[in-house]
Amino acid sequence: MAERKTLNESLRERGVSRRGFLKFCTVTASLMALPPSMAPAIAAALERARRPSVIWLSFQECTGCTESLTRSFSPTVEDLILDVISLDYHHTLQAAAGHQAEAAREQAMKDNHGEYILIVDGSLPGPDMNPGYSTIAGISNYQMLMEGVAGAKAVVAVGTCAAFGGLPAAGPNPTGAVAVMDLVKDKPVINVSGCPPIPEVITGVLAHYLVFGTPPELDEYNRPKVFFGQSIHDRCYRRPFYDKGLFAETFDDEGARKGWCLYRLGCKGPSTYNACATMRWNSGTSWPVESGHPCLGCSEPRFWDAGGFYEPLSTPLIAEGPTVAVAGFAGAVAGGALAAMAKKATAAAVAQRQPVKVEELEQSLEGQP
Amino acid sequence: MSDPMGFLLWVKGPAFDWALAIFALGMFARLVEIFMLGRQVNYAEPKGSEWGPGFKTVFTRTFADPGTFARSPFDVVLGWIWHIGFLVALLLFIPHIELFKSVLGLSWPGLPNPVVDAITAITVLGLLLALWHRLSSPVKRFISTPQDYLVWAVTFLPVLTGYLAYHRLINPYPLALGLHILTVEVFLVVFPFTKLTHVFTAFIARWYNGAIFGRKGIES
Repeated sequence: MAERKTLNESLRERGVSRRGFLKFCTVTASLMALPPSMAPAIAAALERARRPSVIWLSFQECTGCTESLTRSFSPTVEDLILDVISLDYHHTLQAAAGHQAEAAREQAMKDNHGEYILIVDGSLPGPDMNPGYSTIAGISNYQMLMEGVAGAKAVVAVGTCAAFGGLPAAGPNPTGAVAVMDLVKDKPVINVSGCPPIPEVITGVLAHYLVFGTPPELDEYNRPKVFFGQSIHDRCYRRPFYDKGLFAETFDDEGARKGWCLYRLGCKGPSTYNACATMRWNSGTSWPVESGHPCLGCSEPRFWDAGGFYEPLSTPLIAEGPTVAVAGFAGAVAGGALAAMAKKATAAAVAQRQPVKVEELEQSLEGQP
Repeated sequence: MSDPMGFLLWVKGPAFDWALAIFALGMFARLVEIFMLGRQVNYAEPKGSEWGPGFKTVFTRTFADPGTFARSPFDVVLGWIWHIGFLVALLLFIPHIELFKSVLGLSWPGLPNPVVDAITAITVLGLLLALWHRLSSPVKRFISTPQDYLVWAVTFLPVLTGYLAYHRLINPYPLALGLHILTVEVFLVVFPFTKLTHVFTAFIARWYNGAIFGRKGIES
């Protein structure tokens, strides 16, 4: 393993120029919303950095997150990140297979105990579930995660499945899938959500960790604020149409052709925090809303269960017949009870009524001030 | 329920169903109660029509008579301001129109968001002023019942939480939106059993007033 080499040395070996390296540092600085003046500091930090060991565990996932990572929009960014770190175990990307692969994981865990970064993609069956739902080399996901976490310096949950449970945890959640942060309580867990996450967000979080040695500032869901600090809605280039009340009503009407807001077609932009609107996808080519499709809210917890993808955010979920019937009965009983009470009060008032003549009233009030 | 998104799904799903059903059937029961009270049989010769003056009064009573305005201009003006603000925010904010469309199948044009936003801010201030006046005026405070404060609170909270959610002053957003919807559900549940029923009964009462005057041949 080459983890004792500094990044500077390994880059020189690979023939990466100083200019190319500084360019990468500037891109990284801007990705992390740092001022350009930080680029030299990032360069200095990265040059000194020892390549940290990274162990990447894939559980109940579709490999979309790995596919996304390998499409990091500037190839040099991806190359550098894969060289900056020592990716010691990743069963999709590594050459080794079977027992050799597992041996590499165990070796890396042993050699870098307390120092390595553990990346997880995919959810995993909870500790009380049948471990047979998902195993690697006969080891349950839960056992492998807990062994990995024990010696990890930090844990990064990549993708919505690892961060929040994602698709495997969607109702009825047959495997009892849970998120990494549901199980890991004693180590910092950084959630990089998205289905998949934006490649530059994955690399950006790792770069931040390498440069500063600490996790970036996190939001309520342990997501880095630099990438998940603002909603899709607030950074959407179609936002002026929302504010003006101009909406596409169908996918082929005038509004859709003119690029109006997709709120009425079910866009979850207002409740979704991600960097798609600013960083975009595929070398900055486009992103879902730009291509005419509403945001699905894929970087948010439980997005699969959060109502129809094509139903507006403000609409209620479909009413369930029995609930409505029982609630209606409760409403009718409450209304009827109040009606009965009102009737009773009226009857009591009539029964207790004491008629008085004007003369009698005047007599009774005489002498009073 | 454990996480903000779970909370949002709960308020948008089962809780909404419950609130809507309690509101609809509770209100139905109250209206049946009111209409079943009926009117006493009047054997006197009618001196005029009931329908014309009845409907006329439904509209004319919208405006305070000069005497009322002279006595309490603050209540009249403030009442107008926040009632209109509340209705604009409720009926002309586009996400709300989508909600009505999905529940009632009816839809209408909305106002641009910045306009609704400004009107909502005025409504929040108006409702706060209304509470301040209720607490600071000795007479108003004396005649106020616990129900008055309950009704104020369940009216104020949806406006406040809606404003906070729109400006993302509560995070994460699903919690903000969930709290907003929950306060509306509390409003819906409380509605049929408090003086909030005036939304419907005010017009019925006005019609009866006008109709009685019309029958007696008095100007309504």
